[in-house]
Amino acid sequence: MSSVAPVLIDGVIYSSWLFIIAVGLTLIYGVMRILNLAHGSLYALGAYAAASLVGLWFARGYAPLGSYAALAVSGVLVGITVGPLIERGLLRWLYGKDEIVLVLVTYALFLILEDLIKLVWGVESYVISEPYGLLGSFTLAGVTYPVYNGVLVMVAVLVAVLLTWVLARTRSGKLLVAVIHDRETAAALGINVSRVYLVTFTAGTTLAAIGGALTAPTVSVLPGMGVEVIVLAFAVVVIGGLGSLPGAALGALIVGLVRSASVHWAPQFELFAIYGVMALVLLVRPKGLFAGIEARKI
Amino acid sequence: MSPYVRRHLSLRDPTSRMLFASLAVLLAAGPWLPSWALSLSTIALGKGLVVLGLLLLMRTGLVSFGQGLYYCIGAYAAGVLAHQVKVTDGLVMLGAAALASGLIAFVLGALLAGYRAIFFAMLSLAFSMILYGLLVKSSALGSTDGFNVDARTLAGLPYSGGASYALFAVATMAAFISGWGLHGYNHSLAGRIAPAIRDNELRVEYLGSSVRAVVHLNYVLAAVMSGIGGAIVALAVGHVDPEFAFWTTSGEFVFVAILAGTGSVAAPFLGSILFEAIRSFATQYSPNTWQMVLGVAMLAVIMFLPSGLWSLFQRRSERG
Repeated sequence: MSSVAPVLIDGVIYSSWLFIIAVGLTLIYGVMRILNLAHGSLYALGAYAAASLVGLWFARGYAPLGSYAALAVSGVLVGITVGPLIERGLLRWLYGKDEIVLVLVTYALFLILEDLIKLVWGVESYVISEPYGLLGSFTLAGVTYPVYNGVLVMVAVLVAVLLTWVLARTRSGKLLVAVIHDRETAAALGINVSRVYLVTFTAGTTLAAIGGALTAPTVSVLPGMGVEVIVLAFAVVVIGGLGSLPGAALGALIVGLVRSASVHWAPQFELFAIYGVMALVLLVRPKGLFAGIEARKI
Repeated sequence: MSPYVRRHLSLRDPTSRMLFASLAVLLAAGPWLPSWALSLSTIALGKGLVVLGLLLLMRTGLVSFGQGLYYCIGAYAAGVLAHQVKVTDGLVMLGAAALASGLIAFVLGALLAGYRAIFFAMLSLAFSMILYGLLVKSSALGSTDGFNVDARTLAGLPYSGGASYALFAVATMAAFISGWGLHGYNHSLAGRIAPAIRDNELRVEYLGSSVRAVVHLNYVLAAVMSGIGGAIVALAVGHVDPEFAFWTTSGEFVFVAILAGTGSVAAPFLGSILFEAIRSFATQYSPNTWQMVLGVAMLAVIMFLPSGLWSLFQRRSERG
């Protein structure tokens, strides 16, 4: 059995990536009670936009280090344009419906976005590997990692800290938490729930797009990259508890470490391990590890 | 069997009349159909069986995003029988598929029967992805390539494999028996508790019936139908692979269920044939936009025809 350190480090890197994607999903569910199956497509959109923008950046011959700004900008751009478009254009008309119907709506949206990506960007793969190797590498516990992965971990920590601060210390954040707890009472107290929905959905999609943009230099950007991601994000969110930020962090850590452990020590169980943990948590604590006590309304 | 159920299973009931008529028409028209139409219809009937199971679950108020699990189990049961055990009769494979799905559903259903709404959907999705993960990593079962399935005989008659009238007839019979049986079941005691559970579970318990038992039973029935459907498709296509258990396959079944609506036991088959036909033509003429067409169609149905396409055939007074 090889040493534990590479497993832990790989696990943390993978968890950071998962966290950035899953936290948007859990926020959207927590506030709007929508399980967004299109989240994976937004991740893919962010990756494609990053591929285009970074490709353009290097083609124009600008400073290579600026490509990181291009990555961030592409993710944010996708989020703030597509998010409000979907929310105002489609979801707004369907809020009264049953949760499952909304899941099907986001599934339809996922199908539409997948083909939209193929229409705009075609079906060949895009490779923008320059930002990945630009910062060099470092050695930890005897294994060499690209500095880029360290940047990923830092971004995840930054996102976590920022979101926690926003939700706990700012007025808008506290309003959001109020809507998560009880939408009807929040509306009765005068909170503009409609605007909270718009902001939350935009924030969630922006986070997914940023996750995609950050992933783009590490893989070849292909159609269908959102399909596997969405189930992983689900596993994270379900383990941690839908709507809970610390839950998303813990869920990401668990899934990341489990996957890393199985990849290093028992590769034949990789996929089984992740979904097995998800099923196990659902069986033992159906609402997730961090879900609060919910009063039942008859 | 209560006289009430017997009445609904006899030709006095309009749905039963329609089912018998469809069976007769399909069996008679079969020999005249070109082989592409036979193949399409057989696959559509097999997948329609899975959607029929979903219909039963939706009547109980549960949407399963993991029917692909039993669809895959049924398909692989047929495949493993052909490959490893060297059984060559198609009907035996269908029976094995039903048995395997039923047994596994009995165990998993005991766990799943306590979940509702989104958690039921997600747990069923998790189980189907677990099977996907296991199959992808198992080189004995062909990993992501899967393996071929051929049957040599069908109920004793020689069968050349793939699309043929024999398999089409078997699929039609299976669809008819399941649809007709489900129609009778829907009018039995357990069948009438299902929509009551959907409406208000608490009251059903107050009235003295066991919600958990009915949900468990419906889950097993739906799984058996999905397993048989999977075996039929495996025989029709001649190949099985882990994609049968991927979540997008289950999503397709849910799509057809929504498209067709829950109005009648014939609706899933109608929806399935429509879906397969549209998909075949769409992938041929515009392979990069048919998913978008599906998505838009789904949105249109959800927004404007929430009871599915079948509600177009129902009188205004019957629409749910």
